[in-house]
Amino acid sequence: MQLYATELMGAEAYDAQGNFVGRVREFFIEPAEQPNRISHFLLSRGKFQPLMARHDQVASLAPGTMRLSVGERALALYEPNESLLAVQKDLLDQQIIDISGRKVVRVNDVDLMEQRNNGNVELRLTQVDVGLPGAVRRLLQGVISPGVIRKLQSRLPQRVIRWEFVNLIEPDPLRRVKLRITHEKLEDLHPADLAEIMEHLSAAERQGIIASLDEETAAAVLAELDARLTTQIVEKLDPGKAADILEEMAPDAAADVLGGLSKETSDELLEEMPGQEADEVRGLLTFDPATAGGMMNPEFVFVGEGSTRDEVLQWMRGQELNFDQLDTIVLLDSAAQFSGTVPVARLLLAVPEQQMGELKTEPLLSVPADADETEAFELFDKYNLRMLTVVDQDNRPIGTITVDDVVSRLVKK
Amino acid sequence: MNWGIITSSVEGLRTRGDDLQKRIRSLRRRLTLLLAVVGPGIITSNVDNDAGGISVYTQAGAQYGYALLWSLIPMTIALYVTEEMCARMGVITGKGLSDLIREEFGFRSTFFVMVIGFFVDLANVVAEFAGVAAAMQIFHVSKYIAVPVAAIIVWVLVLRGTYRQVEVIFLFACVLYLSYLFSAILAKPDWFEAAKHTAIPNLRFESGYLVMLTGLIGTTIAPWQFFYLQAGFVEKKVNPRQYPQARADVLVGSVSCMVIVFFIIVCTAATLYTSGHRDITDAAQAAQALIPLAGKGAGILFAFGLLNASLFAASILPLSTAHVICEGLGFEAGIDHKFSEAPIFYWLYTILIGVGAAIVLLPHAPLWKILIFSQVGNGIWLPVVVIFILLLVNRRDLMGDYVNTTTFNIIAWVTAVAMIVLTLVLTYTALFQTAPPAG
Repeated sequence: MQLYATELMGAEAYDAQGNFVGRVREFFIEPAEQPNRISHFLLSRGKFQPLMARHDQVASLAPGTMRLSVGERALALYEPNESLLAVQKDLLDQQIIDISGRKVVRVNDVDLMEQRNNGNVELRLTQVDVGLPGAVRRLLQGVISPGVIRKLQSRLPQRVIRWEFVNLIEPDPLRRVKLRITHEKLEDLHPADLAEIMEHLSAAERQGIIASLDEETAAAVLAELDARLTTQIVEKLDPGKAADILEEMAPDAAADVLGGLSKETSDELLEEMPGQEADEVRGLLTFDPATAGGMMNPEFVFVGEGSTRDEVLQWMRGQELNFDQLDTIVLLDSAAQFSGTVPVARLLLAVPEQQMGELKTEPLLSVPADADETEAFELFDKYNLRMLTVVDQDNRPIGTITVDDVVSRLVKK
Repeated sequence: MNWGIITSSVEGLRTRGDDLQKRIRSLRRRLTLLLAVVGPGIITSNVDNDAGGISVYTQAGAQYGYALLWSLIPMTIALYVTEEMCARMGVITGKGLSDLIREEFGFRSTFFVMVIGFFVDLANVVAEFAGVAAAMQIFHVSKYIAVPVAAIIVWVLVLRGTYRQVEVIFLFACVLYLSYLFSAILAKPDWFEAAKHTAIPNLRFESGYLVMLTGLIGTTIAPWQFFYLQAGFVEKKVNPRQYPQARADVLVGSVSCMVIVFFIIVCTAATLYTSGHRDITDAAQAAQALIPLAGKGAGILFAFGLLNASLFAASILPLSTAHVICEGLGFEAGIDHKFSEAPIFYWLYTILIGVGAAIVLLPHAPLWKILIFSQVGNGIWLPVVVIFILLLVNRRDLMGDYVNTTTFNIIAWVTAVAMIVLTLVLTYTALFQTAPPAG
């Protein structure tokens, strides 16, 4: 039978002899044992110390009453236990992350399913209620009879989340371990959705989530977050972890994050990062953020203009390339100066022996590193670019700006 | 020639230049840091000077001259103490007041707080639109034009703007309160007398005087403002490290709010009280009466101040209420969401403005009764909210080391009890006296 947590809160508990023991004030789940079984019931007895009934001591459950299969003496005294998840205290009225709906919601009630197990009755937590029916139950419980409430709420639109898709938010790392809360499921979400979720949480909760994600996901989420939040989070992270995350980020995104930090913190994190990545980011930090140099990514694919299409493909297969950068290839002439770009789409259609120089896009466009960002925006707009090469004073390519950099900057304006 | 000396002095010049540059940069950095935090405190305190508030201050000045000015100092303290607790909670927990009430006191308490809040705030919104109507009458604009236009402006302003744009407009509205400063100067008051009455308390045990004093305090601290203030800091994502700036924001807000009240009382005391126009019942009448006494400029500035205050409060109150209710009951909220993402939020907001404006437009609207209802409502709601705040701010599991210190707790509880007693007295007099005691 379907039961609701609200209907059982305050239920009268009787022992095997039919004597009144106390009232149910809380139930617990022991995540280390089973993730969805109600393992303990707290029975309060007024001025006496409360008792704990274990799941295998319960004979039957109905709204308002609970019968035990043992005598009162078999019950243990209640002692606070951090590794038990308290339904009332930790779940009801709290915010959770709905993995399937990709958002933060507040729990109104908890749905339970009765299950018979060698003469005992076990309760399984099946889903959490975040809609109107739960709200109505919470409001009217104890005011009118449970039967009427059930009739009333059955007409309302349901909004429930299956327990598997519920991710609890616990800022305390020790408690997180005890309650077996992992954020593995969050890592399956798109970083942009996860960033959106983080915006709705408090600072401590955000910190807790970032600290427990793997570096790659954390880096992707930080790159999507509002710059102020990113700074706040990185400042508070352990420097080693922060450096690991920054290393996973694209150098331009890492430079944006470091640019928002104080000089000391930024230097400290750069020290922790491996030499080559740190040097790239240091180089980017010397540019004013509002210039082409300040928005470029120094990692890009470049080849000599004299090489053939097949040579280039062969070479690229052997490299570990990031797909984000593999939209357009930059060409160099014999003096290592910028000589044009070739979109990868053109490579697809070209014949094997064709020279790269013959495939380049006209007109030849590039922008100096110290040019104002608006100059870059205008070029993107005028020529419908997807990528633009940034060059130094000797016309050597030093980085590229992609259309996503432009879009995110324009949206922020 | 000793080149070494020259290069070292050039070196010195350069480092000095660098130093200066560094200092300018750090100043600029500090300024941006401050601007990232400032807003909620200043806005909230200034909205306290809404249509109802200005009516009461006007009456206080007209009936008792400078005699009530001393109460502004304890009021500043009370305002600061209560608002600071909310600011601190917002910054430390990163959660709104209704969120915290929901998480710590359960669904049912929250639901009742929200339902009462909705009706009390609706009555307050009506009072604001009545203020718009009264102010525009001085400019000879019919309320049937002024109120719908105001309602549409307010509605569009918030729905079409992002939080930051709206905040800038609100901060600008705070500056417009300075119109009271100018109308006070135009009224040529006796500044020495005013200063003396501000510094030296002058408690008279006459019932009229006490009722006015209660009214003054009761209208200044409204319960909804705590929700708005805390939500403001949460929405700005102010973090604990920026807490000193947040506190400065609240302090500046409380003081500036009281400075404006000071000028309103001084202005009416210097003119209406001195010339015997002591039976003024609202701010619009006062503005009208000011014209022959202190010149057209003073009267118009006074009316303009009332218009600004009413419009300002009319845009913030519905916004804050919709926010609070949605937060507490678990619906999406916030003007950074689109209509389709947070429908209940936007509907509540629209209903508050629409119904609030419509009531003012009813031909025989009992506006006076609604004003009293809004005051009584505030009076009943305030103790509940303040007690919730005090209970929450002392929870170590929420606030960590930022719980109230003992001294602060004593000040806060004394303030709370005094405020509660005063508002209950105000509620009582509003309910059981035949004449409007205070606006």
